[in-house]
Amino acid sequence: MSRVGRALKPAFVPLLAIITAFIVGSIFILVTDFENLSKLGTDPVGAIGGALNTIVSAYSAMLLGALGDPARISAALANPTPRAVAAAIRPITETLVAASPLIFTGLAVAISFRSGVFNIGVEGQFVLGAFGATAAAIALKGEPMWLIILVATISGVLTGALWGFIPGFLKARTGAHEVITTIMLNYVAAQVVLFGLRSDFLRLETGDQPISKVLSDFVRIPLIFNLPAIRLHWGFVLALVMAVIVSWFLFKTTKGFELRASGFNTTAAKYAGMSAGGSIMLAMALSGGLAGMGGAMEVLGTVPQMSNDISSGYGFNAIALALLAGNRPLGIVAAALLFGALRTGGGLMQVKTGIPLDLLFFIQALVIMFVAAPGLIRAMWFLDRRRKGPDEPDAPAAPQAPAAEGSAA
Amino acid sequence: MRLELKDITKQFPGVLANDRISIAADRGEVLGLLGENGAGKSTLMNILSGLYRPDAGEILIDGSPRAFTDPRQAIEAGIGMVHQHFQLVPVFDVVEAVALGAESVSGLFGTLDRSTARTRVVELSERYNLNVNPDARIEDLPVGVRQRVEILKALYRQSDILVLDEPSAVLTPFETEELFGIIRGLAKAGTTVIFITHKLNEVLEVADRITVLRRGRVAGTVDPKATTREELANLMVGRDVELRVTKGPAHPGEIVLQLRNLHVRDDRGHMAVRDVNLEIRAGEIVALAGVQGNGQTELVEAIVGLRTVDSGEINLDAHSIKAVSPRHISDEGVAHIPEDRMRDGLIGYMTVAENFILDSYHREPYSRGMRLDGKAIAAAAEQAVKDYDIRTPSIETYAGSLSGGNQQKVIVAREFSRPVKLVVASQPTRGLDVGSIEYIHRRIVEQRDQGAAILIVSTELEEVLAVGDRIAVMQGGEVVGIVEGADATFEKVGMLMGGVH
Repeated sequence: MSRVGRALKPAFVPLLAIITAFIVGSIFILVTDFENLSKLGTDPVGAIGGALNTIVSAYSAMLLGALGDPARISAALANPTPRAVAAAIRPITETLVAASPLIFTGLAVAISFRSGVFNIGVEGQFVLGAFGATAAAIALKGEPMWLIILVATISGVLTGALWGFIPGFLKARTGAHEVITTIMLNYVAAQVVLFGLRSDFLRLETGDQPISKVLSDFVRIPLIFNLPAIRLHWGFVLALVMAVIVSWFLFKTTKGFELRASGFNTTAAKYAGMSAGGSIMLAMALSGGLAGMGGAMEVLGTVPQMSNDISSGYGFNAIALALLAGNRPLGIVAAALLFGALRTGGGLMQVKTGIPLDLLFFIQALVIMFVAAPGLIRAMWFLDRRRKGPDEPDAPAAPQAPAAEGSAA
Repeated sequence: MRLELKDITKQFPGVLANDRISIAADRGEVLGLLGENGAGKSTLMNILSGLYRPDAGEILIDGSPRAFTDPRQAIEAGIGMVHQHFQLVPVFDVVEAVALGAESVSGLFGTLDRSTARTRVVELSERYNLNVNPDARIEDLPVGVRQRVEILKALYRQSDILVLDEPSAVLTPFETEELFGIIRGLAKAGTTVIFITHKLNEVLEVADRITVLRRGRVAGTVDPKATTREELANLMVGRDVELRVTKGPAHPGEIVLQLRNLHVRDDRGHMAVRDVNLEIRAGEIVALAGVQGNGQTELVEAIVGLRTVDSGEINLDAHSIKAVSPRHISDEGVAHIPEDRMRDGLIGYMTVAENFILDSYHREPYSRGMRLDGKAIAAAAEQAVKDYDIRTPSIETYAGSLSGGNQQKVIVAREFSRPVKLVVASQPTRGLDVGSIEYIHRRIVEQRDQGAAILIVSTELEEVLAVGDRIAVMQGGEVVGIVEGADATFEKVGMLMGGVH
């Protein structure tokens, strides 16, 4: 197999899953398209044509909304005024903006899954990271902006890392199961944030809502393009850099080697002299740190201020995302871009065709379901079912399923 | 019932696992199916039990062809399997475990009818002399009895053909004898028994007919009364096999490992190692014999630092390593070949190269600081593959997909590729084919001749006798005797193992 072929092989099932999900999604559009359904008796040809038309216009609206309108792009090329260029690139930059927090949280989940610990607390670590960054930024108000950004980011990373370390420590020292402790700590994190946002130090003076002072007044991560209403900032680039770093860390460093070894087979790692407890704590702290960094980027770059709903479920979506990406850092980027595109494209689809946004969550959920059931996908596409035979006839005892890949539950 | 398999062929990617295999067993006959690991025995049995479908060939029961598409059909046709790894629910009692999947029910709501099931279990157990307490919990039973529960399970489903896959692997010599008695009883009562094994003496003892498989083909079918161990071994491997290890006399030097009044507890807190005193010198092989579960595992774990010592001393080169981490002990030059390859020795989903550096990745030349040196790792792994004759498509292949022998070679290559002063090898050749066994033994003897002290733990008498310069026998957590290799006989060591002093 060629190098490219081998590199693409792990993407095979996810790609089929995505295609299948969109096909099933179109069936969903069909059966909810009551206007054309009602015509089926009187004008079947027209009904079918109309239904197909709905599907095409829905998906093309989604595409335009996520990537950009060709008409606007050519207009911008012909006459590159800031307004025209902004109009042309706004959809795609919004997709990248939506993808950024997903990349951070997806990497956070992946690093823990690779290490054999199930960090379900990425949501809480993300929120607390954003909170830590907010507190630091408000405390430093007045310093040079680059310093505020730097310190606030570090504060966010450390807060997230601490929130990840706690369940890691509990597991390593007492055996407390991390799935339970991290889920519970998500609630604690939300309450900590609510409590903090009620303090006079952080709260927006006008009103008594638990919303922080407006950070964008004095600190903002620089934008990549200085164009009207383009929100894409350097946090996205940082997300890409982190994906590369995580990939390097996992596969090219001794610590990454230890984490992966412990993740696949704890006893063998122990026999080889590695410290199981150390790996668990490190993996959880790194995972929390990445989530915290994501939170910091969100609050310092994308949204104007900290509030309780800073994360729209990024930490939980990330689990699905990591599953789709097979816990591969570069796969996380691809999957986050897809999810981001669905989010932004869905808006335009809803406006243009009246098909509710829920279709997108439906499709997202289908993608995950199909990825989790590769056998189903292979059967649907009439592919050779995974050959049952073992590689070596008398040793059919397959190694235990890799803890990291696909067994989030 | 008469069972016949005709020209069974099964192809797996890259391997022709069964190549036109034909075997036959008459009613009341014990057919011994002998072959090395990888010879195709398990594939054949999986076809017979309906797990795999053959690419060609047919299964005949009492002369009529049968095709099984799933295991249920095979069970209905009267074929009962006793797998090497038992399929019993630990928290069930014997009656529940036996009836599971074939429960008798009564009444409108299908209430479990335990008493009917219990009556049948008791009756079967008595008829075939299985001697199983129907109300005991599975997890409280010794392995030998659990195996009889498996046999009961097959009989309960009215199997006329009983397939036993490597049944003696987990048994003590005494339990094995008992099992043979049961098998003979079953055969006399008309059950057809297929006994799969790689142990020569067992088929010779219990089978009425022996079919030998080699590399997916039938190498020959012989009458046990008219054959010899040598002939069987020849058929099995296709050449003359040396059953003894070639090695020169040992030249023991300084004491490398010293155990003094060592006590170690097992996971449940029971004293598993009691007052063990043992010395191993540089340049000698001490074989630790004993039936599985007599404290050997705990002893080894204590030596390599994986288990806390209760009391006593472990000295390596005259300094204590009692409370030292596994990493430090390994760095001091202790090589460990663990008992359970797949669980403790390898990471199946990591590559051959990664497994090769599993306990030395933190040292030069494999890493500098925190960075792994991919080139150095690949070069060393390529070299090891060549030096240790590891059959693998590449060093990037997952270790889990290699054959048992090659997996063990990866471990041996890893452990011997660094300076070694003590080798602790637990069951180093368990489940391997004759070729690999020879190879591993040769490598271990090589280490001895280079001056390492060697401790080999084995439950196989043959291996113990073949490699040990001295043989220590462990029983009930104690070392009950140490015999010089030259004076050791099958009977002498066997008696010590069985607790006859």
